[in-house]
Amino acid sequence: MKMVCAVIRPEMFDSVKTALEADGVYGMTVTEVMGRGAQRGISLKFRGKVMPVELIPKVKIEMVVSDADVEKVIGIIRANGRTGKPGDGRIFVLPVESICRVRTDLEDPAGP
Amino acid sequence: MIDTGTTAFILICTAMVMLMTPGVGLFYGGLVRRKNLISMIALSFIAFALVSIQWVVCGYSLSFGPDILGLVGGLEYAFLQGIGMDGDGIPDLLFVAFQMVFAGLTLAIVTSGVAERIKISSFLVFGLLWTTLVYDPLAHWAWGGGWAAQFGALDFAGGTVVHISSGFSALALALVIGKRLGFGGHGMEPNNIPLALLGGALLWFGWFGFNAGSALAADGLAANAFIVTNIAAAAGALAWLCTAWIRGRPGSIGMISGAIAGLVAITPAAGFVGPMAAVVIGAGAGLFCYGALVFRVQRGLDESLDAWAIHGMGGIFGALATGVFAVAAIGGVSGLIDGNPAQLLIQLVDVGVVVAYSFGVTYVIARVVDAVMGLRVTEEEEYVGLDIAQHGESVRV
Repeated sequence: MKMVCAVIRPEMFDSVKTALEADGVYGMTVTEVMGRGAQRGISLKFRGKVMPVELIPKVKIEMVVSDADVEKVIGIIRANGRTGKPGDGRIFVLPVESICRVRTDLEDPAGP
Repeated sequence: MIDTGTTAFILICTAMVMLMTPGVGLFYGGLVRRKNLISMIALSFIAFALVSIQWVVCGYSLSFGPDILGLVGGLEYAFLQGIGMDGDGIPDLLFVAFQMVFAGLTLAIVTSGVAERIKISSFLVFGLLWTTLVYDPLAHWAWGGGWAAQFGALDFAGGTVVHISSGFSALALALVIGKRLGFGGHGMEPNNIPLALLGGALLWFGWFGFNAGSALAADGLAANAFIVTNIAAAAGALAWLCTAWIRGRPGSIGMISGAIAGLVAITPAAGFVGPMAAVVIGAGAGLFCYGALVFRVQRGLDESLDAWAIHGMGGIFGALATGVFAVAAIGGVSGLIDGNPAQLLIQLVDVGVVVAYSFGVTYVIARVVDAVMGLRVTEEEEYVGLDIAQHGESVRV
């Protein structure tokens, strides 16, 4: 099992979520976050003066999926979250040791 | 002779109408995305401050100065020359202040059309030109002894001057400045509905001063305007709520939009129609403006916060309804139902001229300002949001 953690543009979130749903990926945890990447935010220019905007609002999606689904999920996020401009975000993939349900005492080895 | 009772009443009404301008700001601010919340509220304050100064320099005189060909007032009262503490019933200075808060509010409503993408510097220039070339002549036509008043057109508290003009001007401005980045594709849900409801509440409250105060006396006519104002707002809120319910959920934004539609529609009629007509006018406006909003969305027009659908179309509905429901016993003029079909025709002509004038002149002003200095912020600034890009501030810490 892997956790796929994607930081994307807030305005692309709806289309990403809809596309994931269409492919049967439902479970997710979503957080509104602020962040920056290689460009260190956006620089606005006013009459020669530069005004840096260091942190840009993003949406972070966390999903736990089976190893076999990781590439599919990454593909969907790329296809639906991309504008082609700097600031489209990153996807991180992390190993998941186990999943425990809160509702019962069972471990859930079958995955999410 | 100064009447102290009337003066006290109009002083209070003036302050109540002033509260409607930040009310518009909060209403609009709640409806935009969070990155433009401060910008939207600030635009209303800026509009009010700008018009306040323009009004005492030349706006009041252009509106209420000695009539020139029925089109505009002369500059005899520029810089408030000759305006003093004496007056007919109320001090002249108080009349200046009462009319000033209407003018400021009207420009604030227009900001709907440029929400989330206007450059402040361009808005200042546009706003100054707009209030001088569009609002002031319209106020003169209806209230300053211009052609519309001579022609017999009825506009009690500003259905044409305030609402049709701001609504159609917002539409013209939206067409010139263009759609917001990502309009139609990206989600643009309201960032703070309680804030929008608070703004709506301030509008509803201030509207009592707006309509009752327009009687310019603390008398029975003011009481009539007060009660029909509340009835129309209530009927509009319920009508829109139920329409939205039939098609889905009874949303609170729709409910408050319906209330505002009812308030807009009763504005020209408040001193001419009775309470039962107000039920029909308010509910009718709720349905009519709901239809206009749906039409606006279907056509893909980004008149972002629906000043056109609610103020523009609601204003038309109210102006025509005044010609239908006016009764001589209240305002001294009969409408269609009271046996005077000619009044409806007069209202129709007045509406047509005001729509054409406000849309046309605003379109030209907007094009000129756009060509000279650009109305719109850059793409990057729009993406970051006007709070940071224009004000250097943010609601996030």
